[in-house]
Amino acid sequence: MTLAAAPLTYDPEIERIEIALLLEGIFRHYGFDFRSYAYSSIRRRVWKRIEAESLSSISALQELILHDRQAMERLLHDLSVNVTAMFRDPEFYVAFREKVIPHLRTFPFVRIWHAGCATGEEAYSMAILLQEEGLFDRSRIYATDMNEIVLQKAKEGIFPLERMQEYTQNYLRAGGTQSFSKYYTAKYDGALLSRHLLRNIVFSQHNLVTDRSFAEFHVILCRNVLIYFDRTLQGIVHELLFSSLATFGVLALGSKESLKFSPNEPCYEVLDLSAKLYRKVHSTCPASPSS
Amino acid sequence: MSGIALIVIGTSWGGLEALSVIVRGLPGSFPIPLVAVQHRSRDARPMLAELLQQNTELTVSEAEDKDFLSPGRLLLAPPDYHLLIEDSFISLDTDQQVKYSRPSIDVTLISAAETYGARVAGLVLTGANDDGAAGLRRIADRGGVALVEDPTTATSAAMPAAALRAVPQARVLALADIPAALVRLADEPIRRRA
Repeated sequence: MTLAAAPLTYDPEIERIEIALLLEGIFRHYGFDFRSYAYSSIRRRVWKRIEAESLSSISALQELILHDRQAMERLLHDLSVNVTAMFRDPEFYVAFREKVIPHLRTFPFVRIWHAGCATGEEAYSMAILLQEEGLFDRSRIYATDMNEIVLQKAKEGIFPLERMQEYTQNYLRAGGTQSFSKYYTAKYDGALLSRHLLRNIVFSQHNLVTDRSFAEFHVILCRNVLIYFDRTLQGIVHELLFSSLATFGVLALGSKESLKFSPNEPCYEVLDLSAKLYRKVHSTCPASPSS
Repeated sequence: MSGIALIVIGTSWGGLEALSVIVRGLPGSFPIPLVAVQHRSRDARPMLAELLQQNTELTVSEAEDKDFLSPGRLLLAPPDYHLLIEDSFISLDTDQQVKYSRPSIDVTLISAAETYGARVAGLVLTGANDDGAAGLRRIADRGGVALVEDPTTATSAAMPAAALRAVPQARVLALADIPAALVRLADEPIRRRA
């Protein structure tokens, strides 16, 4: 918690200015664009970093990160790394098996984009699911994140041993058909995911805010990523996802996200409402209603 | 019209019963948007919203990202997400648990205090830990209204007692009196509390 860091004299307008200047500085100097992120979340994470650095103001943090790349790495970690798990929301994977896999079987080759993959737990989960459905050998998962450091961890594929019990339960509830332990090797204090799962996963850097579409996909998973953006940026990224999706391709969002604030909503039909699975049914979207 | 633009309620053990009493006592036309953070396991089905909805004229739903705060509506923090208060809407966040909780009551109360300042009321109900105490303190520090369920009427006294230790000047209310107090709060101009 960031209680100690709360300033004694607090002016929300000055704080807004300081945060805007901090984010502008990060963008100009390092190229990471957090300027349209959800404000409360950014504010909370910025104050966490201020406390961890034993500073007392946002302006002081700005000075530090502009002159100290390592401090910027630490702030980037705070701003971008999000909690994830293997087979997070098991019911999502059940719905995916039932409603998306049959459609994917009709293709000779399946391209999946996992946008915002963080440390890779969910990309490996999808690889396991595809393997069990007999589709992995003709699939490729492009797992991207803006943060090189988390991508490095994703490529290593070593997850904390103490979470394997939780992941095993998730796996079983997600409709797993094997013994989960066959997918990893306990090693020191970590669980090393089977290297076979890496053969059709490509981890690479991509920034949803500043980079463009790089291919056309049959499935795009973008779960619990858009929640960090403000509504305007959500709309822009939805357009990027939409234009990267083949017609009749499937978009998967996080369990508490929806298309209701997206200008692309009319171009999708709901495949599974609670699993947040949507199918693109129009190849071009009508002009977004001005709001 | 009240100066209070948002009421945030935090509760844990015993929270379903306490929240039921409160929403039953509020009219569908209640003018202040409501947000409730109830500790739940990540596997909880969205039953809480359905159960509360049966007892109230308010519209109750589990929050989705960027949902609007609006009069007559109670948004519930979903399991496994922190709920943050923006100006007239909410954002969700999957950052680490705080005090073993996600949603964390402190996280929501603090973001409410930072966004709404003196225009927010925080209410800490029954619960078996001390989540909410630091958040209620922040609301009081920013000039907002701090309300605490009377620990002697609470199913579990620990949480309201901790909130009272953090904010000794908070208004203490028996559970049965809370709906009427919230209705009065809605009629209370902001300057009278200064």
